[in-house]
Amino acid sequence: MQRRGAAFWCLLGFTLCVCAFLIVPVGMSMLAGVTVNYQSGIESGFTLRWVMQVWDGYRDTIFRSIGIALACLVCTLVLGVPAAYALARAQSGFARAIEELLVMPVAIPGLATAMALIVTYNTLGHFRTSWTFILVGHVLFTLPFMVRSVLAVMGAIDLKTLEEGAASLGAGFMQRFFTVVLPNCRSGILAGALMVVTLSMGEFNMTWLLHTPLTKTLPVGLADAYASLRLEVGSAYTLVFFVMIVPLLIGIQLAARPLELGTKESRR
Amino acid sequence: MPRSDRLLLLLFLPAGIVFAAFFLVPLGQLFVIGGTGAQGWSAYGAILTNRNYLNSLITTTVLSAAVTAITLAISGVAGVFLTRNRFWWRAALVAMLTFPLAFPGVVIGFMVIMLGGRQGVVGDLAQWLTGERLVFAYSITGLLVGYVYFSIPRTILTVMAAAEKLDPRVEEAARSLGAGPLRVVRDVITPGLKPALLSAGAICFATAMGAFGTAFTLATRINVLPVTIYGVFTEQANIAVAAALSFVLGVLTWLVLALARTAAGSTVAAAG
Repeated sequence: MQRRGAAFWCLLGFTLCVCAFLIVPVGMSMLAGVTVNYQSGIESGFTLRWVMQVWDGYRDTIFRSIGIALACLVCTLVLGVPAAYALARAQSGFARAIEELLVMPVAIPGLATAMALIVTYNTLGHFRTSWTFILVGHVLFTLPFMVRSVLAVMGAIDLKTLEEGAASLGAGFMQRFFTVVLPNCRSGILAGALMVVTLSMGEFNMTWLLHTPLTKTLPVGLADAYASLRLEVGSAYTLVFFVMIVPLLIGIQLAARPLELGTKESRR
Repeated sequence: MPRSDRLLLLLFLPAGIVFAAFFLVPLGQLFVIGGTGAQGWSAYGAILTNRNYLNSLITTTVLSAAVTAITLAISGVAGVFLTRNRFWWRAALVAMLTFPLAFPGVVIGFMVIMLGGRQGVVGDLAQWLTGERLVFAYSITGLLVGYVYFSIPRTILTVMAAAEKLDPRVEEAARSLGAGPLRVVRDVITPGLKPALLSAGAICFATAMGAFGTAFTLATRINVLPVTIYGVFTEQANIAVAAALSFVLGVLTWLVLALARTAAGSTVAAAG
């Protein structure tokens, strides 16, 4: 048994302070979003007025963000899972280099990526002003998370032996891929998918430059609301965002658990 | 080329084409445009020769370094504490510390306003304690607080994973040889965590250098580099200089991460 001396309680206190630093403002903003007048405190009563105001003014951004996040998920699945498989099977120095390259959009600031996209595709008017322009940015930014998450699982299971077994039983490539490879990687695919949707819903740095007045996403709307509307409305909008994102974040933490046990390489 | 290799190439091809068309080519274009403005290729030197840009670079670097140091100290202490002690609600604390990982920068800016803004909780607390309101959200302190806020969830898991692998017997040996607690932290725990601290620190630093949303929400007068670049792009419409500056910023953050990666395992940053 451990002795719980003064040092333990000091460190526990410190850790609790850090937790409070991260969590208290979240709770406060959620509270502020349903308070009649935040300045005079919760005694002023609770209301859904601000939430309704957000719903009326920014409903489109909510649906657009959900739509882009889902489209982004489809793209990263279609592009990322086969790419991860190819990288896992190739296992050469070249494959490692490609993987490093794919991660670059996460390593360099979104501002730079967005700027690069704009200077290149500015002249394609329809593309520039449509929501797919934002989607492209989101796919670049989230693809590494899908690829890495699937790669981590593929590295932990013995893919080669599994496939050889299936092949010796007469399974062709397509059959192996869909009935052996994909089911064995589902924990990685799930973890990657949750991360992709969460990150896409929250992406701001790129989207702020890529959006047009007609293609505002939720975080862009948030920035608008913070800058121009009263604190209660900004809070209510943030509350809506939290309600959308918190289940995803909890899902990520739950999905990460078996992955941590199964693989040593799973940490980003 | 063997048949199986051709198949792998085919599977990678869709991702490769998208990546090349929307990332590699645009990045090359960004580099070229950066050099074809009114100033030509000297635009790339502007970050060092132009006083405003240089100041912005220095401010951003100092701020990011301070954020990295503070975050590593906090995550180091809390991370080691949480790996060394087991109590039943420990998992809840770990969940709380990693929870804001995917918050966008704008929301984190708003969290700082909730803490240190004109109606913030720290202000209330300070007023109650000292009779004076404390408003720090819109100063460099606000930026620092916001950056530390989004850096803690990004570092704590790395530190905890490394602390898990430390052998407590080495610490016991040090203690039995007469080393005090501080000595143990300095000479045993910190060196053991060094690779993790390096990679976590690099993520922290690179994310802070490129962070835009938080500074944007707080609308501070402190011009961190991404805000400066945004200003050059939108207000001055000087696309060449904005392109050159963002290319330099991209290379800088990428270099920091690449250097740390060669020093210690694989790492990825996530934009804040």
